[in-house]
Amino acid sequence: MVAVTLWGTMRQYANDQEKVEVQAATFKELCDALIRDYPGMQPQIERGVSLAIDGRIYKEAWFTPISADSEVVLMPFMQGG
Amino acid sequence: MNYVSKIRKFKQVGTRPARPDGDDKVTGRALYGADTVAPGMLMAAVLRSPHAHAQIVSIDFSAALAHDGVKAVVTGADLVAQDEGSLRDIQENCLATTRVLYDGHAVAAVAALTLKAAQEALKLIKVEYSALPHVIEVDDAMRADAPIVQSGRALENVPEGFSQNVTYHCQFGHGDTDAGFALADEIVTRSFKTAATHQGYIEPHACLAQMTTDGKAELWCCTQGQYNVRDICSALLGLEGSQLRVTASEIGGGFGGKTNVFIEPLALALSHKSGRPVKLVMSRSEVFRATGPTVSSSIDVKIGMTRDGRITAGRAELRYSGGAFPNETVSMGAQSAFAAYDMAAVETLGWNVLTNRPKEAAYRAPGAPMAIYAVESVVDELSQILNLDPIDVRLKNAARKGSKSSYGPTFDDVGLIETLEAAKAHPHYQAPLGPNQGRGLSAGFWFNFGGNTCVSLNVNTDGTISVIEGNPDIGGSRASISLMAAEELGVPYEKIRTIIADTASLGHNDITDGSRVTFSVGLATIKAAQDAIQKMCGRAAQIWGIDADAVTWEDGAAVPAGENAGKFPPLSLAEIAAVSFETGGPIAGHFEVNADGAGVSFGVHLCDAEVDPETGATKILRYTVFQDAGRAVHPSYVEGQMQGGAAQGIGWALNEEYIYGKDGRLQNSGFLDYRIPVASDLPRIDTVILEIPNPGHPYGVRGVGETPIVPPLGAVSNAVSRAIGKRLTQLPMSPPRILQAILKG
Repeated sequence: MVAVTLWGTMRQYANDQEKVEVQAATFKELCDALIRDYPGMQPQIERGVSLAIDGRIYKEAWFTPISADSEVVLMPFMQGG
Repeated sequence: MNYVSKIRKFKQVGTRPARPDGDDKVTGRALYGADTVAPGMLMAAVLRSPHAHAQIVSIDFSAALAHDGVKAVVTGADLVAQDEGSLRDIQENCLATTRVLYDGHAVAAVAALTLKAAQEALKLIKVEYSALPHVIEVDDAMRADAPIVQSGRALENVPEGFSQNVTYHCQFGHGDTDAGFALADEIVTRSFKTAATHQGYIEPHACLAQMTTDGKAELWCCTQGQYNVRDICSALLGLEGSQLRVTASEIGGGFGGKTNVFIEPLALALSHKSGRPVKLVMSRSEVFRATGPTVSSSIDVKIGMTRDGRITAGRAELRYSGGAFPNETVSMGAQSAFAAYDMAAVETLGWNVLTNRPKEAAYRAPGAPMAIYAVESVVDELSQILNLDPIDVRLKNAARKGSKSSYGPTFDDVGLIETLEAAKAHPHYQAPLGPNQGRGLSAGFWFNFGGNTCVSLNVNTDGTISVIEGNPDIGGSRASISLMAAEELGVPYEKIRTIIADTASLGHNDITDGSRVTFSVGLATIKAAQDAIQKMCGRAAQIWGIDADAVTWEDGAAVPAGENAGKFPPLSLAEIAAVSFETGGPIAGHFEVNADGAGVSFGVHLCDAEVDPETGATKILRYTVFQDAGRAVHPSYVEGQMQGGAAQGIGWALNEEYIYGKDGRLQNSGFLDYRIPVASDLPRIDTVILEIPNPGHPYGVRGVGETPIVPPLGAVSNAVSRAIGKRLTQLPMSPPRILQAILKG
């Protein structure tokens, strides 16, 4: 299981929990698991999210591996100028 | 993957060779967007809305089409209607269909034999409008009775009960802020406002389009991302992506403002209708009215602090206007507002709101400068109230390796402490101040991105190298990429030429944004060089008749790897390249990646300002920028980024703003009335580069392009506030606004 920290807006779709646990070994599996377990997150995840794994931010990286002991933080999709 | 495990001694990275585009730019040879021509080319002009908000009742362009020299007219009906949200917004922004949503919104375009004929024809187009109520300011637009800019656009994250103009909501943070405020000895709560500002690039948007009847098209334009232009224009014109080739011109500044598409689909549609090449160049007024400025903002900040300067809690609520179309820029501000601080309790809330302004575009670190300005102002005020040194307060609370960031993840190696210490030790910080003078300080932060990147590196038979990359060079990336290729290959910088490919010549590359290019393209170039090196080692092994893994690469040559491999004189890159046809064919290296590991960046700015108490005019006396660059590949360019960001930020702080009349029309759509700083307004901006290597890059590189525009707003405001003895909370701090604060007593 992977513990995922949610940003504040996403917590409303997970019974106001700051952190949820899902079964996932990759970025894609994690997104799929969140949508399955917390359907309210689906619109945001489909629009795009980033994932910080042990402090490093990933975008659109489906097969990025996640360890069970990693710090995993869900973030909005990053944009720059 | 972590790359930086030992200190590497560089031979070329970190030097300052001449910039490869320098001669072309100073002699006028460089070809910008408006410089491209084609035989039989038509000139185009765009009809724009004179209303802030109106229904389009009808458009009659028959008289325009009959005008002498006119070859084609297009309206919103000529673009392919889009279903998907962001593409639909781009389509509507390029050419309105049923409603105009801001002053300057494009309604129709004309192509004619001459620009004069096209402009005359615009006056013959009859558009019947039915004016609608408009709203310009973000706080007004949030009210329940505000005119609705677009209905039904709120995302699921917006709670019920808000105006339909509120389209996005976000919340970040951790810890118990109420408990944190209870621990504070001093709490300051302030409300701030910042104006929309423009990127102020020198070169207006320009393009030349050629679309033939067999479904093929060519487009030359100034852009930060030719692949993005291709994808959007293909959709809006109903083309297959492979049939539209987009070539990026040299670019006269972008800063995020050229990450969008405004005129290119119009030129393509006019070319399709007329069967002729069509050139379309925006005037400066059009750039102001109809491209994308930053968000304007309204922000509340509350911070608690102990007597000895420890922040106990922070809370911010940010309301951003992104113009007439939805965006989520406030999420970047809400995440970065407190990023410089190691906090036990922090909370930020953000709201994006529709107004009758042009569609917001990115501008260096989009969303961050205004959020951090507000937080840094309150931290400065608390330092004053508690009689504490502002750098010591920041050092006491600074984010560092192991800090849980305000947006969630735990920081790896970051350089904020080193940057603050450098500022404290700098002579600037100790220099005496005179009457009516103040010194301001601000920290700044940006995430930096990686992204999709594709590089080819060709080893030419004469021993020179061609690097092909796909990101327009807006900040000196060609020099940095060449330096990294030279370093990895072990050949002189002068032997390398880096060029920017068109969309048909190289795989996809994300836009030049997010401070990503030196990081991502540099990483891909190093990997492509390693790919070529592996191939050259293989050729050397064949020549020597030994195993490929018995060959290694040193100082630009293949050499046997150890004594057991045999004794052979080194084979240089040039020697291997010269016989490449005989040893298996051309040699090239390639690398494609969706890069991650960009590594965040912190900066600290020091500003000395003097305010004339009789006029409220501010003079910036001294300015120093301190920034962690990870590894400065070409230090002159890094310094240029730091100086440029500071100059733009000073303008944002002191003078720049979109000014609207009661009719909702922009009143200052030119550089005479929209005042950006010129050289005589600024002192020399000193720079101090810190190098705390980014473990996510083979050479330790961090992006440097966006962070430097973040601190100036707070640094200048804190300097001015200290100079006049009054806390200022609104940007720009124009002379009348400062004078009003002084006279208030």
